[in-house]
Amino acid sequence: MTENRLADGQQGEAAVDGRDSRRYSPTRELWKSLLTNKRALAGGAIVILLVVVALLAPQVSPYDHTRQDIANRLSPPSPEHWLGTDELGRDVLSRIIYGARTSLTVGGLSVAVAMLLGVVIGAVSGYFGGTLDDVLMRIADVFLAIPGIVLAIALVAVLGASTWNVILALGITEWVNFARVVRGQVLSVREREYVVAARASGAAAPRILMRHVLPNVASSVIVMATLSLATMIIAEASLGYLGLGVPPPQPTWGGMLNTGQRFIHTAVHLSVFPGLFIVVTVLGVNLFGDALRDLLDPKLGRD
Amino acid sequence: MSGLIIYALRRITVSIPVLFLLLLFIFLLLHLVPGDPLTAYMAEDPRATQADVDRLRESLGLDQPLHIQFLHYISNTVRGEFGTSLHSRELVSNMILDRLPYTLQLGVAALLFAVAIATVLGVFAALFHNTWLDGLSMSIAILGVSIPNFWLGLMLISLFAVTLNWLPASGAGTLSHLILPTIALGTAWAALTTRLIRSSMLDVLREDYVRTARSKGQVERKVVTHHALRNALIPVVTYVGAQIPGIVGGAVVTETVFSRPGIGRLLILSISRRDFAVVEGVILMIGVIVVFSNLLVDISYAFLDPQIRYE
Repeated sequence: MTENRLADGQQGEAAVDGRDSRRYSPTRELWKSLLTNKRALAGGAIVILLVVVALLAPQVSPYDHTRQDIANRLSPPSPEHWLGTDELGRDVLSRIIYGARTSLTVGGLSVAVAMLLGVVIGAVSGYFGGTLDDVLMRIADVFLAIPGIVLAIALVAVLGASTWNVILALGITEWVNFARVVRGQVLSVREREYVVAARASGAAAPRILMRHVLPNVASSVIVMATLSLATMIIAEASLGYLGLGVPPPQPTWGGMLNTGQRFIHTAVHLSVFPGLFIVVTVLGVNLFGDALRDLLDPKLGRD
Repeated sequence: MSGLIIYALRRITVSIPVLFLLLLFIFLLLHLVPGDPLTAYMAEDPRATQADVDRLRESLGLDQPLHIQFLHYISNTVRGEFGTSLHSRELVSNMILDRLPYTLQLGVAALLFAVAIATVLGVFAALFHNTWLDGLSMSIAILGVSIPNFWLGLMLISLFAVTLNWLPASGAGTLSHLILPTIALGTAWAALTTRLIRSSMLDVLREDYVRTARSKGQVERKVVTHHALRNALIPVVTYVGAQIPGIVGGAVVTETVFSRPGIGRLLILSISRRDFAVVEGVILMIGVIVVFSNLLVDISYAFLDPQIRYE
């Protein structure tokens, strides 16, 4: 693992600046490190495989995921139905494959919402400081005081359960983490000579933020985004399990587990398989995210 | 000691605006609900007439303008009055107090379980750094954070309650009711804490005082427990503080899996009943628990590490 880590801070900074007189390409270097890192490879392979399966769901799922076959309900895994059938006789594997679409889409988009909110608020707060910073950070404290899943539950309860509301609710619970990291880094970057020079030469704040400040926080944000994808996938599944997720008929892994619990005495396969897929997905994302963190942002891991 | 008191007072002062904003946030969140909470109530009881609803609205103060409602809300909350449940007509404060012990028991049990497991795994991983034992501990840790607590709960129920019939699948009251929920909730936390203790131990084992202890001929076991572990656990204290929201949130889901009658289960039930007075009360209670436990953690950290007080 360690031999793959970018050798020192100098290279790390080059990776962030994207410029080097020796025509050193940080992106190529990062790819090389990722491709020789076992955890990154394993995690990346799992995630890519799941994305491909989700994209090709109509082609790869053995049955129509909505087709009911009451005569064959709650049947255990068999050569016809590899992972068995559910309470309406629907093929569990096909529903899990379509569930991957929900899980990855909702997970990915909620991270995007969180990242957008967090980066903007964090950058503005850190760069301008003063009262604005105080107010924004007190608001952040309130979000930190309410556990993410509880806030998401409350937001979905208020907004109503729909795919977009779940994405929005999850994004709103996660922005604070991005905002705090970005704010901290902006605070340290804004006093550096090149930013002071840009300010002195009359550059406007949005330009300074976009050109000089944000590129410096990009690697931390990418690492955070990967790791928070794992959190969001679990949170989406939890909401689905609690009956507050993406509503039926769209299959979700959490929703399938909610049904599974009702039949835990008679058809345990309904509880086992959707959960295994959640674990494998989250494990893949975590393995990749961990490797990425070690390569891009070793300091973040120490906290 | 006076430094500590000044620090504690300053830290408490900072918490007050957060609590106020928390109140405002929860109030706005639930008073901007699209649709009237009383409509749902009416739908539940077909005999209710419009006059009944109006009377109820007036008695609950829901006919007042929003800012007046907020002032009432604050003054009631400060006096510990969280209103009445639309569903059961019970006082929300009583409902919460009845169920709070179950949630606190679960949270504390999960915390102890997590720290115990994490200390063992983390210390071994650090002592056998870069060996297969280290690799195994770290693999368990990354797997542990990837398992959703509610699914782990379902699997534990399936194995220990349904198949083996050793432990109850639901309910609360005895120690045996606490075991499965504790494992379900504590595992992910144990995994996260293992990684922290490992890296903290690795740092501490390189310190001069550990080398000194070894060179004066101290038994290795004592070096680890007396000199290294004690210091390695200090950062764990702040970390525990940072994880409290996560464990309280996890408790909400875990209580639902095991039908444990804590405030998390109450929250989910009240949402399905659209009983927003209870929802409001529970979320506020959770927020207050988090703010106060963070306060306690910060103060105990300052107690453990005197440098903090003078920052």
